[in-house]
Amino acid sequence: MSKLAEHTDFNAKTIRQDFPILNREVNGKPLIYFDNAATSQTPQQVIDVIVDYYSNYNANIHRGVHSLSQEATDAYEQARIKIQHHFNAKHAHEIIFTAGTTHGINLVANGFSSLLKKGDEIIVSALEHHSNIVPWQMLCERTGARLKVIPMNENGELILSEFDALLNENTKLVFVNHISNALGTINPIAYMIKEAHKVGAAVLVDGAQSCPHIKPDLQALDVDFYVCSAHKMCGPTGVGILYGKEEWLKKLPPYQGGGEMIAEVSFEKTTYADLPHKFEAGTPNIAGGIAFGAAIDYMNSIGFKNIANYENKLLEYATEQLLLIEGLKIYGTAKNKTSVISFNIGNIHPYDIGTILDKMGIAVRTGHHCAQPIMDYYKIPGTIRASFMFYNTIEEIDTFITALKKAVLMLS
Amino acid sequence: MTIQEVQDEIIDEFSMFEDWEERYQYMIDLGKTLPLIDEKYKTEDNIIKGCQSKVWVHADMSNDKINFTADSDAIITKGIIAILIRAFSNQHPKDIIEADTYFIDKIGLKEHLSPTRANGLVSMVKQIKLYAIAYQTQLN
Repeated sequence: MSKLAEHTDFNAKTIRQDFPILNREVNGKPLIYFDNAATSQTPQQVIDVIVDYYSNYNANIHRGVHSLSQEATDAYEQARIKIQHHFNAKHAHEIIFTAGTTHGINLVANGFSSLLKKGDEIIVSALEHHSNIVPWQMLCERTGARLKVIPMNENGELILSEFDALLNENTKLVFVNHISNALGTINPIAYMIKEAHKVGAAVLVDGAQSCPHIKPDLQALDVDFYVCSAHKMCGPTGVGILYGKEEWLKKLPPYQGGGEMIAEVSFEKTTYADLPHKFEAGTPNIAGGIAFGAAIDYMNSIGFKNIANYENKLLEYATEQLLLIEGLKIYGTAKNKTSVISFNIGNIHPYDIGTILDKMGIAVRTGHHCAQPIMDYYKIPGTIRASFMFYNTIEEIDTFITALKKAVLMLS
Repeated sequence: MTIQEVQDEIIDEFSMFEDWEERYQYMIDLGKTLPLIDEKYKTEDNIIKGCQSKVWVHADMSNDKINFTADSDAIITKGIIAILIRAFSNQHPKDIIEADTYFIDKIGLKEHLSPTRANGLVSMVKQIKLYAIAYQTQLN
């Protein structure tokens, strides 16, 4: 362990100082935050941007003639450009600000209502979050299209031969998460996009779990739609993006009516604004959008390569240590996975472990992680999920393991 | 004993614990003594689904007093149920309806009975009261 600690600690310890929340105590113990896959923590640099917005240039954006409105508009549109460059979209107007991943998925699902007919097929993966299942079920109910599911194997990997077999000329849409929130599996999206395009289907990738770990090149992937949330990557809650290729976004009808999204309005006819405003009705989360840009700057200043290297070490170390606990079983053992570990210990209920860990200041997630089909597959009520970010440390994992052993002792 | 007397007795027991560990260990041990619901009542109708843990509860009345049996898939939840049932079981429906459950706060269980906790316990307390109302109607 010492060699690993020497190699990795320097960065993480400095980086931790950026996150004020990591200094707090929970139930009298220093907080150990391992619920990053649900919400990541926010560095001071991003908090400052939010405070600066409300302290100095809070105003409604677009069309205001006064200075504050102009400053706010500039900052908001600059954030859009930052996001465009980060994800390597071709145009800034292909980036639509949303309230988050779920909002983006619903926007696309709603848009496809007018593009699908009976007999069309939508493919989703067995690894999906509920938010990536329900909108498609609703879309199928509206249009008569059928929902097909790519099954997974015992390791929590999608069975690609089954995916290949599901693709046909009726396939109109493929939806897959880049990384499973419940198991951490990294899905082979490049392959899936390529194969889906061969039958003319569009692909939406849910990047909610991958955006804090992997910087995707959307043009190289040739993906049609991509959604993610700021709060997964050190940004604020309630803001995210939908990326769509220009030609697709032009094809989709507007999602919500309101201000900002129109060009001209009369009682006879309304013409819609150009992209991206067509999909951004009403006053957006302006501070959130600007802070999302700041979060992307922050993550890039640390560097996604450094993040991946370090988090892999945390994952490896934690996996190794966890497996030493008697009766512990890890769910999701894909070769390609991120720093998410879902597990159970013997017959102990995840809720009991989570409750005891909380008493010791450790935040993990317990339950079905909004992915009941995965839990049904393993025939378990849920799991304990520990998920790490670059500000977590080997020492925290050691404390976590000790706490787990204590919980097991108390609960057996 | 009246519901109030049982509550005071429970508060007394919990006051002896010095830290959370002792308190939780006690609840876990209580969970193992919970008067378990007959398997035949462990139906979909009797299940209270929380996002985190499931709770089953059943009631029957003899000599104008209600007896509760229950179960949960999580042991800490079971322990809390055992405490609740100890206060409410073998009591007259009217007393259950009117009971003020102040002991929950006093023994530090409030966090477990918060509506946002999603462990089924809040609904369980409601269910206990509903059983009492139903049986009270029979008595009237």
